[in-house]
Amino acid sequence: MAKIPPPLWLLAEVTHSCPLQCPYCSNPLELVPKKDELDTETWLKVLHQARKLGAAQLGFSGGEPLVRKDLEVLVGEARKLGYYSNLITSGVGMDAARVEKFRELGLDHIQISFQADDASLNDYLAGTKAFQHKLDMARAVKASGYPMVLCFVIHRQNMHRVAQMLDLAVELQADYVELATTQFEGWALANRDHLLPSLEQVRAAERVAKSYQEKLKGQMRIYYVVPDYYEQRPKACVAGWGRVFLAVAPDGLALPCHSARSLPGLELHNVREHDLDWIWYESSAFNYFRGEAWMKEPCRSCDEREKDFGGCHCQAFKLTGDPKNADPTCAKSPHHHLIGQAIDTSQLNLISSKPLLFRKR
Amino acid sequence: MSELNLTSVPKLAAGYRFQWEEVQQTHVLLYPEGMVQLNDTAAAVLALCDGQRNVQTLIADLERDYEIEGLQEDVLQFLVQAQAEGWIRYG
Ligand code: SF4
Ligand code: SF4
Repeated sequence: MAKIPPPLWLLAEVTHSCPLQCPYCSNPLELVPKKDELDTETWLKVLHQARKLGAAQLGFSGGEPLVRKDLEVLVGEARKLGYYSNLITSGVGMDAARVEKFRELGLDHIQISFQADDASLNDYLAGTKAFQHKLDMARAVKASGYPMVLCFVIHRQNMHRVAQMLDLAVELQADYVELATTQFEGWALANRDHLLPSLEQVRAAERVAKSYQEKLKGQMRIYYVVPDYYEQRPKACVAGWGRVFLAVAPDGLALPCHSARSLPGLELHNVREHDLDWIWYESSAFNYFRGEAWMKEPCRSCDEREKDFGGCHCQAFKLTGDPKNADPTCAKSPHHHLIGQAIDTSQLNLISSKPLLFRKR
Repeated sequence: MSELNLTSVPKLAAGYRFQWEEVQQTHVLLYPEGMVQLNDTAAAVLALCDGQRNVQTLIADLERDYEIEGLQEDVLQFLVQAQAEGWIRYG
């Protein structure tokens, strides 16, 4: 096999705790309890080892990373090591002083996520009153000189309001806006019948996003990615298994993708016992879907396999039972009809017996 | 945002970081959600986009450091591109 490239992107999932309860959360249904979280020393070790391996982008995520009292320590160390670091947050747990502190410590940017553009829908989806505070924090982030990066997680229940979301982003003077369609993993998969948008919604949102992209060129960058359920090809999972991306879960498991925990037959290793160099280059988990030897038909002989590497293995597993199958969002997959069925079921609203499941705190 | 001319002073846009990456053996530009690897020319120019010197000085400094003449056109072309990408601002 070709030489293994170094990891460039480290995602530090410092905790699964979160004061919000978003039903689209991609954390696993089995959340890592607080007592099993890595301590500060071990996180510092992870930062050192990953940087040495080549990671340059660093995301602090969760759960809500602000819940960790030692986040400032990690942020300061990240800057010293030369990471370009990003805090991915709901804004809850932040105040203007903490933003200032992060700025001093050298955090590069802060991404605040919104559930919606208005208070009632936002707070309904978040399971708690948070909207006004998010607005205040977004303004504080901007005021302290950071580029403003906003993220709206979109799905059936809020997708009709993409224009209003972008208007809010303009009002807040955002520099980057991500309209992130829910990926159906973890809690989001459990809630799929409530969250999967219709084709009309997806196309309408796309039109709105395009027109704002043109209107705001040079002022605000808007990213909108069509959900894979409505494309004929899958997404390249984390830009290819073991090629770019390395996540470390709250309990120290090193993950080739942040949902890899759910895959059967994958022996994951913990940063408490192994160093990241070995985990990245040698461990079976990171080599499991590297290259093409693992592929089955139709991927094995597909001329697009260099583009998407067979798609998402977690999705293949959850929907077809075998992670080595082609991702069923691919129209060439013999299981592609499952996607059509999921769309039909969710559109028929056959769900009254199953309420929207809010994430545990 | 002012336009490019010989007296304008380029600097990296807010949130961008320019640095050498040892493992990749290349200069990179880092920004929210992204990283670009830079070729030697791009790196040499961006290293001087420090918000201090104007374009004319930048070109003169480059020509001196690399002992080449006639870089003006290439540099201007790159700066136009860099601004279009959102990497640099004038201020
Ligand atoms: S068949 Fe496999 S490799 Fe080909 S496009 Fe579909 S998922 Fe990708
Ligand atoms: S394997 Fe699937 S769930 Fe995991 S990151 Fe890749 S795309 Fe996502």
